[in-house]
Amino acid sequence: MIVEHPKELRVKKFLAHGFLILFLIIILFPFLMVLSISLRQGNFSTGSLIPENPTLEHWSLALGIPFTRADGTILTPPFPVMLWLWNSIKVGLIASAGVLVLSTTAAYAFARMRFRYKQGILDSLLIIQMFPAALTLIALYAIFDSLGAITPILGRNSHWALILSYLSAITLHIWTIKGYFDSIDPALDKAAQIDGATPWQTFRHVFLPLSIPILAVVFVLSFIYLVTEYPVASILLQETSQMTLAAGARQYLYEQKYLWGDFAAAAILSGLPITFVFLLAQRYLVSGLSAGGVKG
Amino acid sequence: MTISNQSISAPNSISSNSISPNPYTMKNLLKWSALGIFSLALLYMVWALYLAGEPLFAVVILALCVGVVTVFGQAKYYTARFIFPAIAAVGIFIVLPVIYTSYIGFTNFGSRNLLSFERVTGQFLRDVSVDKSTERPFKIISDGDNYKVLITDGDNTLLSQSILLDSTPLELSLSIAPAPTNEPLAMREVIKLRTQLAQITLVMPDGTELQPSGLRSFAAQQNVYELQPDGVLLNTIDATSLTPDQKQGFYVDDTGEPVAPGWRVGVGFENFNRILFSDGIREPMVQIFLWTVVFATLSMVFTFSLGLLLASILQWPHLRFRSAYRILLILPYAVPAFISILVFRGLFNQNFGEINFILNAVFGIKPNWFTDPNLARAITLIVNTWLGYPYMMLLGMGYLQSVPEEHYKAAALEGAGPIRSFFSITLPQILPPFVPLLIANFSFNFNNVVLILLLTRGAPDIVGTTIPAGQTDILGSFTYRISFSDSGQDFGLAGAISTLIFIIVAIIAYVNFTAMRNYAKKKGVAR
Repeated sequence: MIVEHPKELRVKKFLAHGFLILFLIIILFPFLMVLSISLRQGNFSTGSLIPENPTLEHWSLALGIPFTRADGTILTPPFPVMLWLWNSIKVGLIASAGVLVLSTTAAYAFARMRFRYKQGILDSLLIIQMFPAALTLIALYAIFDSLGAITPILGRNSHWALILSYLSAITLHIWTIKGYFDSIDPALDKAAQIDGATPWQTFRHVFLPLSIPILAVVFVLSFIYLVTEYPVASILLQETSQMTLAAGARQYLYEQKYLWGDFAAAAILSGLPITFVFLLAQRYLVSGLSAGGVKG
Repeated sequence: MTISNQSISAPNSISSNSISPNPYTMKNLLKWSALGIFSLALLYMVWALYLAGEPLFAVVILALCVGVVTVFGQAKYYTARFIFPAIAAVGIFIVLPVIYTSYIGFTNFGSRNLLSFERVTGQFLRDVSVDKSTERPFKIISDGDNYKVLITDGDNTLLSQSILLDSTPLELSLSIAPAPTNEPLAMREVIKLRTQLAQITLVMPDGTELQPSGLRSFAAQQNVYELQPDGVLLNTIDATSLTPDQKQGFYVDDTGEPVAPGWRVGVGFENFNRILFSDGIREPMVQIFLWTVVFATLSMVFTFSLGLLLASILQWPHLRFRSAYRILLILPYAVPAFISILVFRGLFNQNFGEINFILNAVFGIKPNWFTDPNLARAITLIVNTWLGYPYMMLLGMGYLQSVPEEHYKAAALEGAGPIRSFFSITLPQILPPFVPLLIANFSFNFNNVVLILLLTRGAPDIVGTTIPAGQTDILGSFTYRISFSDSGQDFGLAGAISTLIFIIVAIIAYVNFTAMRNYAKKKGVAR
């Protein structure tokens, strides 16, 4: 620690705290506002940060419970938010499990096996992941449109179609897991091999138990990414009952039908669990990001 | 660590001389039946896709099927089993869509040219014209489980025999009969029977055949078009003809005018020509391209500067409550982006938004955030900076730790202030590892479709264009709107623009890749 002049230090500390607090007020303003809006009556009311007549009508609607106002008018939920959240979680969990299986096995091969074009394939994966799915939506739409004509399970409005397309989000994860496998002592494979283990057995009984932490990180990262994915979900899922949260949330704020208050409550309710998972995972996130991005 | 010593069907690729075990084990049987069922399902899809007129997808699925059977069926591809599923997923859902999108860029695929030639021809051939003079109202009389069709023809009442309406095509002869005493079915009962009724042809006593022409009447109907041997559709009513034009993808009438619907054909570089030479498209394209570059660059600069500034402050050892600040500062990154973008959309709303409410109360102004081009661009940048700075901050905090503290001490001894030491010591040391991430960030924002679609949808529109184009549209959101907006979809044009974006992305990706390589080499990391 660099020793500084006490008086100068106090001024500096004061300035630093002042700046951070001011900055935080600006940055966190939207969150406070949304909380306040979710407690106001109706969808068009403006007012102070602390609502004068707090009401739980938007929260009730977001939970899918019709709300009766004091004057007897009954409000019905505009959208099945809880169903959307459930769809999101379902798709996210299944697709992340698939992503984990595909990326772990591939990472093992890239870390330990010898085959032709290995470095070429690895490098291509890094370049391919720069192509965003948002630009190939026409093609994805066409693919699932024609698959859907054969079997509705793989057609538009099917969660399986979405999950299948999400399985391609593995490129960076392969790099992350490979980096971790690379750090496992090769003596362990040698020992397993001498005991007569096949590569699959080495993978299953030596590598997997050793890499549970990194697998958990990849699973959570993939889950967060997939649950918040918008473009592909928005073109594949057009039926209200099938939508994920990301695909459906926009419907609250159409020019013609502007449900600001209902949106606020639904946003907090559905955003909280995802935010919470993220905050738990964020310390691992950084290492994953920089490992995937930089570690050659 | 114990490793079970059960027989594994595949030989070990490391010890290449292992003896292949008994092939008739339970495990093997299971494996082969699973492979068989899987490939049968895939082959069914190949066949159905081919019949549906999608030979490209059929070939891809066939290749997948062959790949699965080869890799999992043959012992010598043991290694490939580990990477095949991953490569297949990336190939089918990233590489194939990229290639297919580019291919669409060379066709006229769109809402006007949606179907295949065969299906368009089929549609024309199904066109019927109703002869109004033969139109007769009908009633359905219930007769136990069966029904009778009743037609009033002038003064006569014509009745069919009693039939079971069960969707089989039927020809019913009508004969003159006294009016039945039973009440006819009510309209809603008739509506329930409409699919069954559609199969019925009534034969009048004079031999004219009548088909349903609505829910209330039967009438004589005639196919409008007749397919000639040379592929021309002859109109049997007014003797005009429609000639297929495989260049345009339309049937053209005798005056050469195309008649909708058209079908998909290759059009070569026409879409690219439109981008380059059609004024209604080129001008907004150039504008959108420039804005895309400006947007991506400024987003990168703003998030990097702000993130690094905050990271530097948070690294200062004298500061208390650092972890609390850290958690609060990354909140914008933790909340799902699709939610916070929509929150901003609401907050910036000109009439009900809280931001204008406060600005109006304090300064008496109500800026038109979504209708003024510059303000709309400003909010995309504000929101994107808000969303993106925590990422840069987190990375910055990581890299700042790698700067040796002795360097700062030396600088302090030399009398350098915090700003001087940041630019002379910190920045030069952390920039090299940051470069690939900054390039990736640029590329991400270059295609940050979600932000634009959810925040402004490109609004406000650029005036005087022939396609939907907005002042805040970036190339990606622009193609999204061309492809999926309600007013006429032009997949061909969108595909052509996407192809151009792919080329740009490929260049950026390659530059990024080289930058990473160079950094890794400099650090001496063995690859």
